[in-house]
Amino acid sequence: MTRYFTDEHEWIEVEGTTATVGITDYAQGQLGDIVFAEVPAVGTTLSKGGDAAVVESVKAASDVYAPVSGTVTEGNDALADDPALVNSDPEGAGWFFKLELSDPSELDGLMDAAAYKAFVDSL
Amino acid sequence: MRYLPLTNNDRQAMLATIGAASIDDLFIDVPEEARLKGPIPGLPMHASEMAVERHFSAMARKNMAAAHHPFFLGAGAYKHHVPASVDHLIQRGEFLTAYTPYQPEIAQGTLQMLFEFQTQVARLFGCDVANASMYDGSTACWEAIGMAGRVTKRSKAVISSGLHPHYVSVAKTMARFTGDTLDLATLDMVQSDTPRLLNAIDDETSCVVVQYPDILGRIEDLSAIAHKAHEHGALLIAVVTEPVALGAIKSPGEMGADIVVGEGQSLGVGLQFGGPYVGLFACKEKFVRQMPGRLCGQTVDAEGKRGFVLTLSTREQHIRREKATSNICTNSGLCALAFSIHMSLLGERGLRDLAALNHARAVQAAQRLAQIPGVTLVNDSFFNEFTLKLPVNARDVVHKLAAKKVLGGVSLGRLYPGEAALENGLLVAVTEVVSEEDIETFAAALQEVLA
Repeated sequence: MTRYFTDEHEWIEVEGTTATVGITDYAQGQLGDIVFAEVPAVGTTLSKGGDAAVVESVKAASDVYAPVSGTVTEGNDALADDPALVNSDPEGAGWFFKLELSDPSELDGLMDAAAYKAFVDSL
Repeated sequence: MRYLPLTNNDRQAMLATIGAASIDDLFIDVPEEARLKGPIPGLPMHASEMAVERHFSAMARKNMAAAHHPFFLGAGAYKHHVPASVDHLIQRGEFLTAYTPYQPEIAQGTLQMLFEFQTQVARLFGCDVANASMYDGSTACWEAIGMAGRVTKRSKAVISSGLHPHYVSVAKTMARFTGDTLDLATLDMVQSDTPRLLNAIDDETSCVVVQYPDILGRIEDLSAIAHKAHEHGALLIAVVTEPVALGAIKSPGEMGADIVVGEGQSLGVGLQFGGPYVGLFACKEKFVRQMPGRLCGQTVDAEGKRGFVLTLSTREQHIRREKATSNICTNSGLCALAFSIHMSLLGERGLRDLAALNHARAVQAAQRLAQIPGVTLVNDSFFNEFTLKLPVNARDVVHKLAAKKVLGGVSLGRLYPGEAALENGLLVAVTEVVSEEDIETFAAALQEVLA
């Protein structure tokens, strides 16, 4: 299992050709209290950098982008009842969706944990 | 706050960025002949205030004002009595800036008023939630179609032929740009459109749009349409152009409508030559995230005291920009206030009494007018507006009635130009402001015109 990060503050954890996507702890901290999350429907085809999900906090509504291309295999239904999971456990139970990668080579351009930490520190 | 005007350099830089050579280039969509090139011909450059006032008063006297003559016009805008207390209250200083500000929580009174307005609209329509209002009924209707598209991820709307033609026209204009398909039909004075609607609903349908009471004043049970729509994953949108009716008849929400929109003018807002009016918008709670506009909510502050907030403004244009749920970024604050005050003054009992009075007066008028030789009543059911079929073109009759100082309804020929089958139809609205004497004057004038 390998975890990558994007400069749009998504994380993606890859196992074989399937991956789980969410937003980072830094991102949830910037957004504040999350009140709503809309996850993509199963079967949705996502392309790298395209809109994948929506997250609304008391301050703003933002899009969550697909870190890589693929097909959605599962959305996190728990977020509908408890969107605050994104605040309390952003990089665990607060995941957004799982997808089947269509081009694993797209992962090459993403950051690892150390690079992402350095990126956040520079902001 | 200081006002810092643009310099010429600022303007040039902005124009260069968007690739326009001059400010005039921004208006090339306006046809050449419609652009003003100099002073308006025939208009004096100067006149004293007193002279202007005298001139305009004389022009205004040429109008046949609704309040001065027997008045039977409706078709989406209704003349009701607005208590003087409504106008007095909306002009209080505290309400003069009823527009919700961009730092909304600083204006608790405004938010509370909008919260109460929403509560009234939601209860009137039989829905879970209502927003803080839209521009008017027609734009609210289009917004509902757009919302149904977002909820169902489909783009085919089935539109009842009983929907106000101006509302249809707004929807057509918008659909040209969004690519939505509108399934339309021609209005029939005799046949109900419900069988066609039931037949047209399929798995691609985003919504069915039905006016209640419809443009001819007919009232139908919407339950079967709601049921069929839901079977196919589509939404039922009900459009109410005369909310006073809901003091007498079942609300659309109770019959299964998912989104109920309407024109709020008839409560608290005068005819005002056609605007400003106030759009009403309500829906089931499960769709609230896709509802356009702003929504005020009640909460408690850090000390546990009741307070009001703009609950869902994150979906609005000033935050979400092009991804907002609609391009409506405001509400009709002052008209919503008037609606809310009139509704508060009436209360449930008052609204029911007002509705009963309207209906009774309309029944009286329908019976009287249908006695005139050649005139038949089209409706099986109506609230305060019904359609008459005349032996001749109704548009001509309306003009002849006006010459006799009677404003005798809206001809279907005016609403549906070129539809030969409808040209003898006359739409007559009768509210509580119509007196028995007015009805008799109208009947006598109509009989004379038709003789």
